[in-house]
Amino acid sequence: MKEKYILEYSSAVANDPVVYTLVRRFDIKVNILRAEISSGQEGSMLVELEGEDSRLAECRDYLASIDVRLSPLSSSLAVAEAECVHCGSCTGVCFSGCLTMGAPDWKLKVDREKCIACGLCVVACPFRLISLKFGE
Amino acid sequence: MAKTYEEINAKIAEGEAVVLTAEEVSRMAEEASPGEIARKVDVVTTATFGAMCSSGCFINFGHPSPPIRMESITLNGVPVFGGVAAVDAYIGATEVSPEDPAYGGAHLIEALVRGEELLLRARGKGTDCYPRKSIDTWISERTVNEITMVNPRNAYQNYSAATNSTDRVLHTYMGSLLPRKGNVTYSTSGELSPLLNDPFLRTVGVGTRVFLAGAQGFVSWRGTQFNTTKPRAENGVPEGNAATLMLTGDAKEMSADFLRAAYFEKYGVTLYLGIGIPIPVLDEDMARFVSVRNRDIPVLVCDYGADGHPAIARTNYEALRSGRVTVEGKSVRTAPLSSLAKAREIAGLLKAQVASGAFPLAPPVQSLPERSSVSGLAIREKSR
Repeated sequence: MKEKYILEYSSAVANDPVVYTLVRRFDIKVNILRAEISSGQEGSMLVELEGEDSRLAECRDYLASIDVRLSPLSSSLAVAEAECVHCGSCTGVCFSGCLTMGAPDWKLKVDREKCIACGLCVVACPFRLISLKFGE
Repeated sequence: MAKTYEEINAKIAEGEAVVLTAEEVSRMAEEASPGEIARKVDVVTTATFGAMCSSGCFINFGHPSPPIRMESITLNGVPVFGGVAAVDAYIGATEVSPEDPAYGGAHLIEALVRGEELLLRARGKGTDCYPRKSIDTWISERTVNEITMVNPRNAYQNYSAATNSTDRVLHTYMGSLLPRKGNVTYSTSGELSPLLNDPFLRTVGVGTRVFLAGAQGFVSWRGTQFNTTKPRAENGVPEGNAATLMLTGDAKEMSADFLRAAYFEKYGVTLYLGIGIPIPVLDEDMARFVSVRNRDIPVLVCDYGADGHPAIARTNYEALRSGRVTVEGKSVRTAPLSSLAKAREIAGLLKAQVASGAFPLAPPVQSLPERSSVSGLAIREKSR
């Protein structure tokens, strides 16, 4: 199973080699897509985790035990789709294929699994309909 | 075989008029000749829904007692132009709040159309006939006398697409332009766009009735920066930004479904507007014009990273809609900024209104100029 998650580190563990532990102890494939340390020494990391379901469950327990919050990326991107006028501005900056538009209906399609939390769409939307929870 | 406006209106009254959207007639033109289209089709509806900065509303607040000559006016903290008589003002769509650069005139207009209340603050010096010096009160669409939309420049004919050759993101009114020609943005509805279906403005002039944000408005004058000097393709479509329209309508009759305040990052506030114009198919020439297809509409791609935004590529709407165009040998992703989905909705609504007789057609009272060019602004000494 493979899914994208956002890991949120408290300042207490921001300097710990958490990813190393995930790889060595739980045999998880970790693909780091984006990482940030905030001014308060808290960290956010966008990762794709791949591994057996049972190992992923152990991995979740471990992260909870060291106070690293794990949330699926798909829950961090919010698009107020009911208010969208389908102008397409956001699609011009979305390179991951999450936000797309095209024939036949030219209406916005949102594929959250493809989001890489780059945040470009948040400022590209002229109606401020997109928000992303990542880092500060 | 030519048709007159009277004949078309008579067919509409009898419920026999054939009204198609500009997209429908463009599909029909894949098979049918201009002669057949002129015989079969009476009216073609066109539409666009995009950012139109040069927009705004005159508003008359009514006189309080004792009265005031309003000289400095804000609505929800956004300055509005008060240099028009005592209680009239002009809300410019791109005016911004000093406290919040992402909130401005367009938001006021949308709020008024939605029926929301706005805080009016005005000051005046006090005169013998207008003794009051200040007022703070709440107004809405229901309390004010008129809200008349008067947009100096709308419905640009063939606005050019944009890209960016620099090494940094440019935040523009053409959206976020990514570095090193990372994307191309465009802002017209192509074959559905009003003035691309009547390139010489034979049927669109002063007095033409238009769909303006859900209301029936009118073309009141040529738009500002009206330009007839652009080279034309064989089908008459100008290459680059050409004609524009000044539009007027009653904002109290408008709908927020077709009017939305917007903010382009680090550029400012603007207004997205829905506009629709029915084009009567008077003869074979008009049939040819309304049959224009996306592939036949030339579009320039301008570089917003260079002074004067020079055109660095030439493409067409079919290519832009395909998702990629070639700019200086590089394949670049494209994205629209105006909503084709909304434009289609408007063209469909207008089709029903025209067919039902609710949207009568008439020839322009006065044609728009056949010759008009645009000057830049010279920085110079006073003439002697």
